[in-house]
Amino acid sequence: MTPKRKKRLYIILALVFGAGIAVGLTMYALSQNINLFYSTSQVANGEVPIGTRIRVGGMVVKGSVKRSKDSLQVNFDLTDYGKPITVSYTGILPDLFREEQGIIAQGKMDDQGIFQADEVLAKHDENYMPPEIAESMKKKAESK
Amino acid sequence: MIPEIGEFSLILAFCFSILLAIVPMYGTIVKNELWMHYGQSMARAQFFFVMVSFICLGYAFATDDFSVAYVANHSNSQLPAQYKLSAIWGGHEGSLLLWALILTGWTLAVSIFSKDLPLDMLARVLSVMGMVSIGFILFLLLTSSPFERYLPRFPADGADLNPLLQDFGLIVHPPMLYMGYVGFSVAFAFAIAALLSGRLDAAWARWARPWTNVAWAFLAMGITLGSWWAYYELGWGGWWFWDPVENASLMPWLVGTALVHSLAATEKRGVFKSWTLLLAIFAFSLSLLGTFLVRSGVLTSVHAFASDPERGLFILIFLAITIGGSLTLFAIKVPNVQSESRFSWLSRETLILINNVFLTVMAMTVLLGTLYPLLVDALGGGKISVGPPYFNAVFVPIMSLMAIGLGISVTVRWRDTPLDRIIKAIWKPALASILIGAVFPFIYGSGFDFSVFLGIAISLWILLTISLEFISKFKHADSIFTKLKQLTMSYYGMMLAHAGVAVVAIGITLVSVYSEERDIRMVAGDKATVAGYEFEFKGVQKVQGANYTADRGQIIVRDGKNVISTLNPEKRHYSVKNNMMTEADIDQGFFRDLFVAMGEPLDGDAWAIRIHYKPFVRWLWYGGTLMALGGLVTVADKRYRRKKTIPATNEASHA
Repeated sequence: MTPKRKKRLYIILALVFGAGIAVGLTMYALSQNINLFYSTSQVANGEVPIGTRIRVGGMVVKGSVKRSKDSLQVNFDLTDYGKPITVSYTGILPDLFREEQGIIAQGKMDDQGIFQADEVLAKHDENYMPPEIAESMKKKAESK
Repeated sequence: MIPEIGEFSLILAFCFSILLAIVPMYGTIVKNELWMHYGQSMARAQFFFVMVSFICLGYAFATDDFSVAYVANHSNSQLPAQYKLSAIWGGHEGSLLLWALILTGWTLAVSIFSKDLPLDMLARVLSVMGMVSIGFILFLLLTSSPFERYLPRFPADGADLNPLLQDFGLIVHPPMLYMGYVGFSVAFAFAIAALLSGRLDAAWARWARPWTNVAWAFLAMGITLGSWWAYYELGWGGWWFWDPVENASLMPWLVGTALVHSLAATEKRGVFKSWTLLLAIFAFSLSLLGTFLVRSGVLTSVHAFASDPERGLFILIFLAITIGGSLTLFAIKVPNVQSESRFSWLSRETLILINNVFLTVMAMTVLLGTLYPLLVDALGGGKISVGPPYFNAVFVPIMSLMAIGLGISVTVRWRDTPLDRIIKAIWKPALASILIGAVFPFIYGSGFDFSVFLGIAISLWILLTISLEFISKFKHADSIFTKLKQLTMSYYGMMLAHAGVAVVAIGITLVSVYSEERDIRMVAGDKATVAGYEFEFKGVQKVQGANYTADRGQIIVRDGKNVISTLNPEKRHYSVKNNMMTEADIDQGFFRDLFVAMGEPLDGDAWAIRIHYKPFVRWLWYGGTLMALGGLVTVADKRYRRKKTIPATNEASHA
């Protein structure tokens, strides 16, 4: 091996090594911060371990929204037209949060079987359906 | 009639873009000067017809022509006049037309301001830009014509513009952002032209640089405006969400930043040539990818329009042709490219290389985080989303390292710098910034905080090193004024942009750590204290706007005894679409914002109220603006206007 080639080899090895570390760290950061999406039926069937941070999507059930009298705590039911779950959230709901509107809630299941959401997302176009919800509802309709 | 003229001129513009793509390029192959010259007039014709088309759409909006489907879906007779015009780009079709207008506008600008470019080079650049506009105008004509009619029964009134978009932000944010996105097509065209001609020297870099800097500056401004708009209009006081579409604009900006720096090295020292080309190709490809992500509706995002797979497919094919074609060309041609000079480890070249590596790594991690959900879904792994902690975890360390490198780079010369000279120049600012950074959280906050230490130290580090470097320029100057005049505009631009980085870093650090936020249930007369400010809720009144009704709250803010502000947040109801909208009210300040927004009405005449205290939040946008200004100032540099006297024919035979 000529000295020039040797030098080149070292540079390439260093690059591969550096890139490997970068990719490794990135993948690690990624795996720690992924939120899996579930439908309400999956959650209701107990497919989700308690305490794991997930996203749940579905329609807000008509007449299910209950505000607490003295705080910003709110409960509502979410459904994919299979099994519904109850979501609890404290805070201000987005403008487009309405009954019979598709929303996504992010949070954890507690041991009472209630979904404790720390974030509720509703999209700003009323005809727009997040692809996750559309697909999970389509699956539901097909399986019937 | 008018909309048909619009459609027709779009078709004409398409024809001219085909001619533009073929004729001048063919001219460079057969070395026919006349054919090469045609590029300029075709660029003009192309721009003219897209402009006519754009004006026709504007006319349809201005005259409430609801027989045009796009107008009917995005406007309403009650809509205030300025929003009727900005509604032109309030939806998919119109914003693409704006995109095409800006693209042909850039093409026109290149044909006008590049008179000193060798004729064959200009012909190639214009041809490549013509190819890009073929793609976009075809996309408009085939899948997204804004001129389609609702016939024979069209609605009596329009469906109204999304209330979120009825805002000053819509008037300025998309055009700025598109100027940036599309501006990278010029850098791309220069890169392709360089590959085709094999001409890749300092002169080439000098031509490409001002265009790249301007595009970069516009993109910086567009992103800054977007962040500012999201802050006050989306209603919840956030300024960056790591939303896929935000990422889509950030990726080309990161790669563009790398490109701006590596072009400098290519111009001054003749190094990193092939790397510069690759960056130019990637900056534009990422702009296209951004369009794909926004338009195809594959990702859940604030910006997503109702999806249309046909459109997504078109852009995907376009993207594949652009990236595939240009990378193939790159692979064939680039082995001929050689560096013109050498440099040592301790040199500005090395630091620019490090800057480039960091910026590309950042762009790659953002890309990974953005596309990972798509990838997992395509492989059948289910629907997932990647949260902001991922992006923060990779962004903060890389950014900090970059900032350290930035401070060193200003003291390092091209080619080679002795180590003792570097150490002599940096030990004082390094020590000062570490000390002040360590003390700052005790004075401003309540105790030590590592993020604050890091953020303040690196910001000070940048500010101190660049100021010291600036002052050192005057050491041997006879008079300050002559020296001020002697320094080039490029130098001032660089200083401004780098100071902007420090200002943004201060803003991000302080607003992230010291923000206070409370959501509370309030009845008229209730008081709440946030960050030492007392907020008194006075109740709610009904008010009538141009095309909405609103509940307007009144909140009095006191700082101890004195009333410092009365805020009037609104909860608006837009009747046409039956939409609710939160309109926050903000007491702005240089050092802090007080932000109040109303949630929903609760039982017992109470309201959910959100109160934010946001220290230094404006510094984010001041810094972004400084960067953009810096980018624009460099263009005024005299050396870009120096006339070349080499006759064009010489250059043509050179190819």
